[in-house]
Amino acid sequence: MAITIKDVEHVAKLARLEFEENEILAFTEKLDAIVGYVEMLNAVDVENVDPTYHVLPVKNRFREDEIQASLERDAVLTNAPDRRGGCFRVPRVVE
Amino acid sequence: MSEMKFKTLVGLEIHAELATASKMFCGCTTTYGGDVNTHCCPICLGLPGTLPVVNKRAIEFAIQTGLAFNAKIAKKSKMDRKNYFYPDLVKAFQISQYDMPLCEHGHVDIETASGKKRIGIERIHIEEDTGKSLHAEDGSSLLDYNRCGVPLIEIVTLPDMSSAEEAGAFLELLKSTLEYIEVSDCKMEQGSLRCDVNVNVVSEDGTVKSNIAEIKNLNSFKAAMKAIEFETKRHIELLERGENTLKETRRWDDAKNETFHMRTKEFVQDYRYFPEPDIVDFEIDADWIERLELELPELPEARKHRFISAYGIPEYDAGVLTSTRQMADYFETLVNSVGDGKLASNWIMTELMRRLKDEGLELGALRFTVEQFAELIAMVKDGTLNQNAAKKVFRRLFEEGGEPKAIVEAEGLVQTSDTGLIKDTVDSVLSANPQSVEDYKNGKDRAFGFLVGQVMKASKGKANPQVVNELLAEALKNL
Ligand SMILES: [Zn+2]
Repeated sequence: MAITIKDVEHVAKLARLEFEENEILAFTEKLDAIVGYVEMLNAVDVENVDPTYHVLPVKNRFREDEIQASLERDAVLTNAPDRRGGCFRVPRVVE
Repeated sequence: MSEMKFKTLVGLEIHAELATASKMFCGCTTTYGGDVNTHCCPICLGLPGTLPVVNKRAIEFAIQTGLAFNAKIAKKSKMDRKNYFYPDLVKAFQISQYDMPLCEHGHVDIETASGKKRIGIERIHIEEDTGKSLHAEDGSSLLDYNRCGVPLIEIVTLPDMSSAEEAGAFLELLKSTLEYIEVSDCKMEQGSLRCDVNVNVVSEDGTVKSNIAEIKNLNSFKAAMKAIEFETKRHIELLERGENTLKETRRWDDAKNETFHMRTKEFVQDYRYFPEPDIVDFEIDADWIERLELELPELPEARKHRFISAYGIPEYDAGVLTSTRQMADYFETLVNSVGDGKLASNWIMTELMRRLKDEGLELGALRFTVEQFAELIAMVKDGTLNQNAAKKVFRRLFEEGGEPKAIVEAEGLVQTSDTGLIKDTVDSVLSANPQSVEDYKNGKDRAFGFLVGQVMKASKGKANPQVVNELLAEALKNL
């Protein structure tokens, strides 16, 4: 197995997700199958091939440094779960 | 206890907000302040369905920074996602650079009392700034995303500095360079320049070393230097006790002048970096780099050397005058009007800088123009004013502003070299001070200075001191 229960627990923790034991087992199997499938690529000789970060045949897509109008604050806060004094209000996160 | 000698290793991580007009991936303004959450749009709020488009100027500023620090500019580069959860990060990831930064392997030479030293720059990469969280008293956090998405460069040095002094010199040079090339306004009080410090110590024989501590929340260069001193001591004390420091992040407490534990770094932070799928790769060709290099102004070090050779001023003065671009520009404008580098430099180095420092003022806040300053200096040069009178005029200019010529007239300060007038004054001073004349004749040179002072005083400071000297010496000889 390429993916272990520990890997799944670790990734779940990083993603702030909690799972039951049977779910973790199920994910381990599924992820292992996916990674196993992708590992087929290891059979290909890529010695002289640059890594492909994007499949699009374009590069250097930029915009000029020009200011555009921002949103009105009410619009900015439309999706805020809670607000105060023009700010998004959230539970305090202690580092 | 064995007497072990340690050396300190300091590396710095500096974040500087780039001076673009708009944000990194959207057209929102980067202007500091403004009402909370008014510089935001769907892109910098990370709303689903939006796509980032890279601000070309931000990339160019980062490349120019690399050039200024003698770094190698990448031919190919890309953006990556750095994944972590914190409310100041709207998307739950920051678009940054991981393994292909825009610039690598730079260096810069600093100078301290212990001499010249080359500090290596590991990398300079580009990323977006986060929002700002204010912690409310009721335990909630309030988020303002005006700053979210402002382009940043992160500059990472090698651990080449071995004292607080060297780190301070590096930071000063870094700041003045970024200001010179106008890629960042470097205002620490507005958070546009931020610095984290990595410190550890190692015994001179290399057998014992402490774990690296990272210090955050340094709001000034002074704080960074004090934190390095504090940490050095702390690390050595622990090692000498046979203990060691933790691999940890610590926070600087400016009020207590000490660092305290923030979090341990037992595990390398797992940010699950991966290439940003929404931004295509960068290819930076030699033409582009050359064009950006041509845009760069003369850098502080080069300008300093030119000042020394072109204006014949001492190295120390040239260093002070080139410490900020604003001051160097001011000096050169003044020289152009006055036509005398040494005189212009002396007036800036003494009168102007002293007053600026005393009043805590910036050059931009002066009440007089550089042309008016030049006019004053010209009057010293052509003998209209003596040094004392000129200082008086300068004081008026500095405190109230105005036309130097008008001030001279209003205060009746024009220097007189009228020998007849001065001669009369010399005569009356001599007859009023027989004792001093007697002392002078008995070889007391100090009496001569006293008599000069009396003549100057009688002329209300207007007499040309050189003429006074000559006439007085002559009169005494003929007595
Ligand atoms: Zn925006």
